[in-house]
Amino acid sequence: MTDTLTPAVSHDAHGHDEHHGPSGIIKWLTTTDHKIIGLSYTVTAVMMFVIGGLFAEIIRFQLASPNGNLVSLAQYNELFTMHGSVMIYLFVGPFAFGALANIIVPIQIGAPDMAFPRLNALSYWLYLGGCITMLSGFFTAGGAANFGWVGYAPLSNSLNAPGAGADLWIGGLLLTGFSAIFTGVNLCATVFYLRAPGMTMFRMPIFTWNLLVTAILILLAFPVLTAGLIMLYADRHFGTHIFTNGGGGVPVLWQHIFWFWGHPEVYILALPFFGMVTDIIATFSKKPVFGYKGMIFATLSIAALSLGVWAHHMFTTGVVLLPFFSIMSLLIAVPTGIKMFNWIGTMWRGQVWFSASMLMAMGFLFTFLIGGLTGIYLASPPLDFMTHDTYFVVAHFHSVVMALVFGAMSGLYFWAPKITGYLLNERIGKAQFWFLFIGTQVFTFPLYLLGLYGMPRRMALYPLDPQWQHLNEISTFGAVLIGISTVLFVVNIGVSWKKYPAGDNPWDGHTLEWFTTSPPPHHNFYRLPKIRSERPTWDYNHPEHVALAHGKHEEAAK
Amino acid sequence: MKIEAKVLLALGLFFGAMCAVYWNWSLENAGGMMMFAGMLLCFLPGSYYYWWSRRIGTRPEDDKNATQEESAGFVGTFPGSSIFPFVLGFGAFFVVLSMVFGIWLLVPGLGLAFWAFMGGISEGRRGGKH
Repeated sequence: MTDTLTPAVSHDAHGHDEHHGPSGIIKWLTTTDHKIIGLSYTVTAVMMFVIGGLFAEIIRFQLASPNGNLVSLAQYNELFTMHGSVMIYLFVGPFAFGALANIIVPIQIGAPDMAFPRLNALSYWLYLGGCITMLSGFFTAGGAANFGWVGYAPLSNSLNAPGAGADLWIGGLLLTGFSAIFTGVNLCATVFYLRAPGMTMFRMPIFTWNLLVTAILILLAFPVLTAGLIMLYADRHFGTHIFTNGGGGVPVLWQHIFWFWGHPEVYILALPFFGMVTDIIATFSKKPVFGYKGMIFATLSIAALSLGVWAHHMFTTGVVLLPFFSIMSLLIAVPTGIKMFNWIGTMWRGQVWFSASMLMAMGFLFTFLIGGLTGIYLASPPLDFMTHDTYFVVAHFHSVVMALVFGAMSGLYFWAPKITGYLLNERIGKAQFWFLFIGTQVFTFPLYLLGLYGMPRRMALYPLDPQWQHLNEISTFGAVLIGISTVLFVVNIGVSWKKYPAGDNPWDGHTLEWFTTSPPPHHNFYRLPKIRSERPTWDYNHPEHVALAHGKHEEAAK
Repeated sequence: MKIEAKVLLALGLFFGAMCAVYWNWSLENAGGMMMFAGMLLCFLPGSYYYWWSRRIGTRPEDDKNATQEESAGFVGTFPGSSIFPFVLGFGAFFVVLSMVFGIWLLVPGLGLAFWAFMGGISEGRRGGKH
């Protein structure tokens, strides 16, 4: 197991050992190195998270009292639109498949870079352009987009949403959409063509598998959104009537198109984090992933089903096939349950190390479980009719997306040493976890109750009802705790800056990224180990634990 | 490469079956059409990979017992730096702004895009900077 290390992957295609390139800002502008591009994605996405979080805090303070006057009604519409847009389009997705995937996937499969490095760089610049475009709506005379992050017709037509803000929203989304499509192409090509010898498909880390499936979903879903946005723009400016009743169009067609992208998008956002916490839980439990192939087939099943569930967002329109979408939506609970079972199975009888990263992964499990279970309620049309457009829906998807924030933090604490060469402070990380965990539950739980009591979403003011007010106050307190956890993260970066050298493998990791240096060299590897299981680095570092086929460990023990 | 092909073909088959059930049951065209397109989008690369997998045999990355030496040599061209992605991204930014602030912004937008296309192609022919 330990005998041969060969410099087989040429870290420079032309045989140079050192990379002599530009430095400083020119290096940033001209880089095609997937690690630097991924780092640029990471920094930009975290900045978007902070901006979107600030919008959320303003929204919560506005709602802390029934007649809040922190912002005007028009500003409130802009804030909730841009909070959703920034978080979904500019933070969670790009962070998952742009930032960490960019840095980690090529290294996990032993590749020197992404398959198309210049296309990869273009993806980042389009994403950055999209961020600037969308946010610049705030600096226009009419303000930013104000029709909700879903852009429903006819609210988003030129009559109801005139002005540049809406067009900037469409333009920004077009740019980030193309960025995502190019990243999807790149990830597929990288996984299909640049794996190291011996890295068969069923030896790839679960994170890489999930990113592959995510990339396929991106390629299926994002072109639909792009087409819808072009149609919306045509309705607004060229006099077409695709989404308007007046000229023979169908407003609900926008919802079909949007959600045909929008529900796979939920899994485009979630699957990378599923993969992330799978690898993290296995590493900190010092065990292989329990049910490795089951995890992969569960991921593929989720992806397959995700294309047939879009209209569960449209139950109350009255024009969708309720039984089909209800059954398909409920079916997704099966592979998701398999994943939950396997995560627990991976920890079962393992030597669990409760690092900050592992705690964040546990926070992901708990919060996602709540979000997932309430999603099952919403998949049932009678329950959905009762709760549609209430705070119950807001609470459900905030449980889901806050779980993804736990996943993101887990990934950052886990891979920061590999990316930078330095560990983040564990004590501050654990404090951050508790603020985030308690804050998330305190923030979301009152929203479930508010929804059941009938409070509609997207309202800046509400009736003077003590019960509603108290629940809103509690939720706002939770949002403050989440804000504090974000501040702690920023403080942690400052405190830990180049302070705690990590070494190459601080967590005794399993996968190939822990075999190379921290940070990895240009084109990633000086040498590679033999790859004989899905844990090549573990196999190399622990030759006493011979890599065996699945199910053979107990036989060997006898 | 067989597994890559099978994953895509299996997804395509599932989307096809789902499309048939949905379209016949709901008679709703937008969703049926999108599912049908999803099926084709899986079959297109899936059948390409399947075709190649039957011809090129087992690659080192598909071989469970492969050694690193088997893929030694030329991996591909990985340009260490290039300004043209930034130029093209900047051009696309102007093109999008032209949708909002005026058609004249297409001039710098398409100009930058043209420069990036020409520069990127010639850089690709040269092999790029490493």
